Amino acid sequence: MTARAAEAGTAQAHGLGTFPVLDVDALVDDPGTRIVVCCGAGGVGKTTTAAALGVRAAERGRKVVVLTIDPARRLAQSMGLTELDNTPRRVKGVDGASGGELHAMMLDMKRTFDEIVEAHADPERARAILENPFYQSLSAGFAGTQEYMAMEKLGQLRADDEWDLIVVDTPPSRSALDFLDAPKRLGSFLDGRFIRLLTAPAKVGGRAGLKFVNLGVSGLSVFTGLLNKLLGTGLLRDMQTFVAAMDTMFGGFRTRADATYRLLQAPGTAFLVVAAPERDALREAAYFVERLAADRMPLAGLVLNRMHGSEAAHLSAERALAAAENLEEGDVVDQPTGKGGDGRSAPRSASGSGSGSDAHSGDGSGTDADSDELTEDSTASPTTAERLAAGMLRLHAERMHVLARERRTRDRFAALHPEVPVAEVAALPGDVHDLDGLRAIGGRLAEQPGVEPA
Amino acid sequence: MVTGKGGTGKTTVAAALALALAEEGKRTLLVEVEGRQGIAQLFETEALPYEERKIAVGPGGGEVYALAVDAEKALLDYLQMFYKLGGAGRALKRIGAIDFATTIAPGVRDVLLTGKVCEAARRRTRAGGFVYDAVVMDAPPTGRITRFLGVNDQVAGLARVGPIHNQAQAVMRVLKSSETAVHLVTLLEEMPVQETVDGVAELRATGLPVGCVFVNMTRPAVLDRTAVRAAEESRTEIAKALSRAGLGGARRGGRAEQLVDPLLRQAHEHAERLALEGELRSEIAGLELPAYELELLAEGADLPGVYLLAGELREQGVAR
Repeated sequence: MTARAAEAGTAQAHGLGTFPVLDVDALVDDPGTRIVVCCGAGGVGKTTTAAALGVRAAERGRKVVVLTIDPARRLAQSMGLTELDNTPRRVKGVDGASGGELHAMMLDMKRTFDEIVEAHADPERARAILENPFYQSLSAGFAGTQEYMAMEKLGQLRADDEWDLIVVDTPPSRSALDFLDAPKRLGSFLDGRFIRLLTAPAKVGGRAGLKFVNLGVSGLSVFTGLLNKLLGTGLLRDMQTFVAAMDTMFGGFRTRADATYRLLQAPGTAFLVVAAPERDALREAAYFVERLAADRMPLAGLVLNRMHGSEAAHLSAERALAAAENLEEGDVVDQPTGKGGDGRSAPRSASGSGSGSDAHSGDGSGTDADSDELTEDSTASPTTAERLAAGMLRLHAERMHVLARERRTRDRFAALHPEVPVAEVAALPGDVHDLDGLRAIGGRLAEQPGVEPA
Repeated sequence: MVTGKGGTGKTTVAAALALALAEEGKRTLLVEVEGRQGIAQLFETEALPYEERKIAVGPGGGEVYALAVDAEKALLDYLQMFYKLGGAGRALKRIGAIDFATTIAPGVRDVLLTGKVCEAARRRTRAGGFVYDAVVMDAPPTGRITRFLGVNDQVAGLARVGPIHNQAQAVMRVLKSSETAVHLVTLLEEMPVQETVDGVAELRATGLPVGCVFVNMTRPAVLDRTAVRAAEESRTEIAKALSRAGLGGARRGGRAEQLVDPLLRQAHEHAERLALEGELRSEIAGLELPAYELELLAEGADLPGVYLLAGELREQGVAR
């Protein structure tokens, strides 16, 4: 239901493809939306999207916590996160006029694991577990634990009921499946027969022992003997101690894992698949979409980051290139002085930060020198303007090629998954370092063609 | 070992490197360990089984083999090799012991994956030469690489005696030897470069041999800040030039004149990007590692593209 609310009423035609448009504001404004999970391949701007959504939702009046895992340093700083302390921190600088708040936390896996142990075991047992070398390795983040702990923390935050909205940035999994599978896998393992065998070494001939008959070996001692040979005696003992302690303490890891899994399926949850308009990223996204459907997880839509656009899109790449060649004709002797390496420009501080629309006016001190240079160039070669124009046209042709490729990739996805609402986010010239940057991304996320500004 | 932040084209570069290193009469092995079947997709073949098979001939004439390592099968192999388990392996699987060992037990999975790669790298023919002249691993991303490669040290510490201990130590010796190099793939963007710098520091601190940096998806410099500034100051001339090139009228409101601002904005973004790339290049240079630049593939990373990159790498002397 929540996921449906985020779909803008009319399907939009974009180029060849037709696909529904994702209305991010409707999604984050809906009080029924309690959890937004951002997932997708690595390197597509997942963490940035999660943070930008958090800022947007908070400034639209919701009390939000963003749960992020191992964000890039500068992005973490943009939200005022300087350390891993595993508790949500209020983000300063967020406009609270609508009554919203933004909190953010970075997941510290080991700390989360330790907290579970401390919460469920008496102090003596807790200490035994925390000091166990096997536990120390497991909790430090081997396969599956990061995913499990992210889900565990999500369960905790949701249970606190202190937040209107929890935005989760999923771990950079080696495959899209991991974060859905890991909790179950860890849960079923800890409830599994193998654990029973490890924890019940004394029950030879008992229920656990009977299982060994199936192994075709003669008994438990052979089994543990083998394990000892394989793993080394100390490790098996450490493992047994650890598992015994965990087992009695958790009394059903699977129950917890199942609860987390059901929480994700619940109507208050919305999944956003984040991708970049590149073949591999969208292939991963498609895989995710299918997997979420198979697991009956509520998908709100696809966020397509870093889409390029052009204000001169009516000028095709072909025409731009032809015009550039025209201008360059008869100009084969020397390269324009401004071309290539940027050594000369290095000492100057850049005037603009992206849009370039203001760069014309505020030149200040550099102007004189520049115009001298230009005059000199102009007298030496009357075609400076032509070469500059040719360069601009070549850049435009390149931009149009990128744009065409991105649209083809997107339309291919849309054709295969016509039911998935899409929100496109235009590429920014640089990385996001601060709240303003996140706010800008949030704005771009929300402003989609066909979506009425709220 | 080829690592890099997600989205930097690690798999593509690893494949290009395996192709580039396959000189006449040589044989390379391209290995993936994350079960994503990225190699199969790139080489447009069906999913790779847990088996080394020839997938390509490099531009130099040598053969490229590929292998998708599967931790579970590697463990069963290993058990079979050392303990002649036979059907008991399947029984272990049934009770969840294999699943435990390959997914949950600290590090066993990574020990198996790195172990398999080291085995392939050290395997010899009857005549005594190496079966593979080079083994290229499409390794886990930069954020996990040190832990992935260092896992054997940790496991050797956990399992203090026994075959796993010995195996872990043997693998670590290979990984830390001069036969191994960890290469990092990056883009000229802030986060990937930051991760590369951090990754190199981590690898160095762990004593793992760092190879070189592959700067992927570079784009040609067309107009720098100075040029764009000059253009911004001669809008009228630019409009006239565009008009002469047949793009409409240069007068105010003419079609060529209306192109000037949008094109200038695009040029400005490009120049800003160049300036940022310059800073990032010097950050990479500060690592004092050999660096190779690979141009952005216009058609994306497809099979012809990988061959193009392999050619670029050969030209830049990577095979030497």
